[in-house]
Amino acid sequence: MTGPLVLGIETSCDETGVGLVRGHELLADAVASSVEEHARFGGVVPEVASRAHLEAMVPTVGRALDAAGVRLADVDAIAVTAGPGLAGALLVGVSAAKAYAIATGKPLYGVNHLAAHVAVDQLEHGALPAPAVALLVSGGHSSLLLVPDVAAEVVPLGATIDDAAGEAFDKVARVLGLPFPGGPHIDRAAAAGDRDLIAFPRGKYRDGSYDFSFSGLKTAVARWVEAREAAGEPVPVADVAACFQEAVADVLTRKAVAACRAHGIDHLVIGGGVAANSRLRALAQERCAAAGLRLRVPRPGLCTDNGAMVAALGAELVARGAVASGLDFAADSSLPVTTVTAA
Amino acid sequence: MLLLAFDTATPSVTVALHDGTAVVAEESAVDGRRHGEILAVFIDKVLRSAGAGREDLTAVAVGTGPGPYTGLRAGLVTARVLASALAIRIDGVCSLDVIAAAACAEAARTEAARTEDGGTDFLVATDARRREVYWARYCAAGQRTDGPQVSRPADLPRGLPVAGHAALVYPELSDRPLNPAFPAAGQLAAISAARLSRGEPAHPAVPLYLRRPDAREPGKPKRVTP
Ligand SMILES: [Zn+2]
Repeated sequence: MTGPLVLGIETSCDETGVGLVRGHELLADAVASSVEEHARFGGVVPEVASRAHLEAMVPTVGRALDAAGVRLADVDAIAVTAGPGLAGALLVGVSAAKAYAIATGKPLYGVNHLAAHVAVDQLEHGALPAPAVALLVSGGHSSLLLVPDVAAEVVPLGATIDDAAGEAFDKVARVLGLPFPGGPHIDRAAAAGDRDLIAFPRGKYRDGSYDFSFSGLKTAVARWVEAREAAGEPVPVADVAACFQEAVADVLTRKAVAACRAHGIDHLVIGGGVAANSRLRALAQERCAAAGLRLRVPRPGLCTDNGAMVAALGAELVARGAVASGLDFAADSSLPVTTVTAA
Repeated sequence: MLLLAFDTATPSVTVALHDGTAVVAEESAVDGRRHGEILAVFIDKVLRSAGAGREDLTAVAVGTGPGPYTGLRAGLVTARVLASALAIRIDGVCSLDVIAAAACAEAARTEAARTEDGGTDFLVATDARRREVYWARYCAAGQRTDGPQVSRPADLPRGLPVAGHAALVYPELSDRPLNPAFPAAGQLAAISAARLSRGEPAHPAVPLYLRRPDAREPGKPKRVTP
């Protein structure tokens, strides 16, 4: 038993996540998801998510403590996602974390959700090499980051200029008649498809840009499907899913590898819900190997939003002796990625 | 005993400590966008000013609204967490009842406010945004007789005195606005402390949303082909 025991709380979107971490060791990762309540709306409904967080908060903390076999009084610090994310959803977690800090008298850290997605990899692969490049792709965010120090300094290199990668999966899934959330369904359908059949556009970018754009790709897929339907031909769902997925994975991994090269960095970390995509993982592996880069991708359960990632970053902050956030910081739906801890 | 009470169902964030006899500390601020920042700070402040620690708390009481959801939830989750972490009683109090109790106390002092034209009932109404109000009806003794519900201002009963800040937002609600505009945690604490001393069970700390979430099921995806 080494390192501080940290309770992490995450409520930036539709998962109520509570994690317990000691140093780099994951003790518990309890998640209550409201995803099924959102499915019929084809996307996350913020008010539905916020209501679910309120109901799930105390029971999920209880489950995490039970799973870890620790008591609340054993916790050395509390960490919570301060942003970015859905404003009303964040406020539930931040308010809860402040109440836990009052009830325990322990320090509280309001942390950045994106930095937490990077820090969680320490639970699987040990201390993060510094600097590293991180590719974070989910339904809420798509960012390429330079990470000189996950507990102190994160620099944005690029981000989506329109849809997040996960959003593109959701929208294309709808076009193909697949359920929400689109990611896992497209991945499954694509397994039987030919990823080289249709050359969907990769998007136009100015030279050297690390930004992403998925809106044009999504429209191209819809147009292709509509043309088939107009011609009275069946839509080859597996092939379209595979080719769409290929286009996304191609753009993401190409830019991530280019960013590593440009900054002379030999470690790439991938996180976020879309990091669970099998083609993204395979292509990243292939391209990192070819470029002589070390790839670090946590297991899928730690890539999606969870409390363990928040606890992991919190544990790193405590270990470094970082100044706690106090009780008066705000939940910030557009917290800049450069702000690792809320003041 | 030491009861911690708070309400975040209106633009006011209000926190009080009650020792079973009287309010021993109270902090309030009207700042509707900063519930999440102010609430915990005020809790810390009332504990300090009363020279008490978290371990001295024996109960928590929270306003259950109705109120705009985001702020309301900040109070409810805070109360639920404190009650669970400190293993103490949690009591939910309708936020409109808190305003009504204060209005009654004030009316007892200025009797004229309620008894002209023989009508002794009064309303409590708060701003529900989107051109609607949360409201309830009370008898002269302060017992709720109707509501809480959410309605357009024009659909409320006419000719009654109205307490709560909706009477200021919508002056057409009543020509006899009553104080107070917002719930005070000291009053909320007194209601909960009285329940406790009567041996009544706690009321559930469940939010009174009164509206379903805004969400529509999508139709077929829009065509993109021109
Ligand atoms: Zn995320």
